[in-house]
Amino acid sequence: METRTHISVQDLSVYFDELRVLTDISIDIPDHKITVIIGPSGCGKTTLLKSLNRLLDPLDGVRVGGRVLVDGIDIYDPRTEVTEVRKKMGLLSQRPQVLPMSIYDNVAYGPRIHNHIDKKRLGEIVEHYLHMAGLWEEVKDRLGEPASRLSVGQQQRLCLARGLAVGPEIILGDEPTSALDPQSSQNVERRLIELKEEYTVIVVTHILRQAKRIADYIAFLYLGELVEHGPAAEVFANPKNPRTRAYLTGEIS
Amino acid sequence: MSHPSSLHWLRRRKLKEGIFRVLMAASVLVVIGCLALIMGTIIWKGLPAMNLSMITQTPKGGYYLGREGGILNAIVGSLYLASGATVLAILFSLPVVLYINVYAQKRSRLASLTRFSLDVLWGIPSIVYGAFGFIIMIFFGLRSSLLAGILAVGLLEFPIMSRAADEVIRMVPNELLEASYSLGATRLETALKVVVRQCLPGLLTAVLIAFGRGIGDAASVLFTAGFTDRIPTSLFQPAATLPLAIFFQLGTPFPEVQQRAYASAAILTVLILVISLLARGLGKRYTRHIIK
Repeated sequence: METRTHISVQDLSVYFDELRVLTDISIDIPDHKITVIIGPSGCGKTTLLKSLNRLLDPLDGVRVGGRVLVDGIDIYDPRTEVTEVRKKMGLLSQRPQVLPMSIYDNVAYGPRIHNHIDKKRLGEIVEHYLHMAGLWEEVKDRLGEPASRLSVGQQQRLCLARGLAVGPEIILGDEPTSALDPQSSQNVERRLIELKEEYTVIVVTHILRQAKRIADYIAFLYLGELVEHGPAAEVFANPKNPRTRAYLTGEIS
Repeated sequence: MSHPSSLHWLRRRKLKEGIFRVLMAASVLVVIGCLALIMGTIIWKGLPAMNLSMITQTPKGGYYLGREGGILNAIVGSLYLASGATVLAILFSLPVVLYINVYAQKRSRLASLTRFSLDVLWGIPSIVYGAFGFIIMIFFGLRSSLLAGILAVGLLEFPIMSRAADEVIRMVPNELLEASYSLGATRLETALKVVVRQCLPGLLTAVLIAFGRGIGDAASVLFTAGFTDRIPTSLFQPAATLPLAIFFQLGTPFPEVQQRAYASAAILTVLILVISLLARGLGKRYTRHIIK
């Protein structure tokens, strides 16, 4: 099995003012797999995810210790261009956040920023990624309409297409189905499973059943510490740490 | 609690509700009444003096003694002046509000100092802006001119526009900014392509509020723009303004000239109304993409 990794987290600690939210996290995220970060709410799952593309930067009073290597480059090195780091990752947030523009312009936003592209090529890119997100058939006749008119489930898939259009290697999902109805959730889960052929996927969730459905690799966070991580089948069948066992059996939540 | 006392309590609560309803209705009535009274007075007193030459001619000789002419000089002067000042204020306001909302951290001292300064500037009476503009004019050897007026009124409009725009931009959810950042956009790209777009109707309102204050202000242009019966053809000529036209006409002892002051006031009010409606109609075309 290939052991190359895009993302390597080394001794990562994150503080909000004096409060330590993450403590000495070290983990290598396996390529072309779905890594699911599980844990009770408030355990630092989202913070860990956001630390991977430096979205913690704009928040106030945040201090980060340790290193996050993406393709061998420390993203917290001041010389690292933050826009280049973020370009490598597409993000799905808890509630889909479409941009205040048309469906077409949402997908074209990233490509327009990063490259100078002619109109015809841009149209092809938009169509390609809308196909990939499984949204093309539903929106092909109304690309000029405001993105906010789509249903929430469609918006989340639009956000996926928008993220993919930037050309990332990694997809980050922060409880990406929590605002969606069961059918849309299933749809998004299916997309993620398809996408791991080409992308490395990291998803945060507090829904254990979802983790079991999609995870290849599991990381269990508890109170800001990485308690256990390993292949999903192993962790679910035979957790090594008593706290993991307690969480999986529902004793702590 | 026993039954009779709870009934008594209910009656008290209903009474409170009733009193508050009456108060609210009365307040609404006062607001609408004031507007109607002002508009009514202006139209009632100004209508007899209103005619086409008011808005198509500049004052002829002896206009302020009741002879022929109109106030085209003041209409055009006011439009020039307020437009110039508003453009100037936008040029300074937009960078300031984008800076304190997108670039500065939420708890940054500089951002709160900026907001505090804007609040203080907002509170400064417009005659002080006029006097301040006058000092600067003297310093640079400028005479009363359209340019000096634009500078003084621009200064007056700047804090009003900035603070109104700030209130709108503050409401942009952080998640929307994060969505843009996560696509690799810089802060500037996020500010211009996402924040400004999302806030466009609110920003338009901010610009309109400032424009309205600017075009209606008399004290700041008194020393700076001067007054003239001619329409200015360059930035360095003095310019007439509607508020000063109203002021001068009201100050004469002739009733027919005083009537013209009310007619001028009606023109000024209608002008602001038309511009507001135009801008709102224009803004509607850009609101369809906004995320609620």
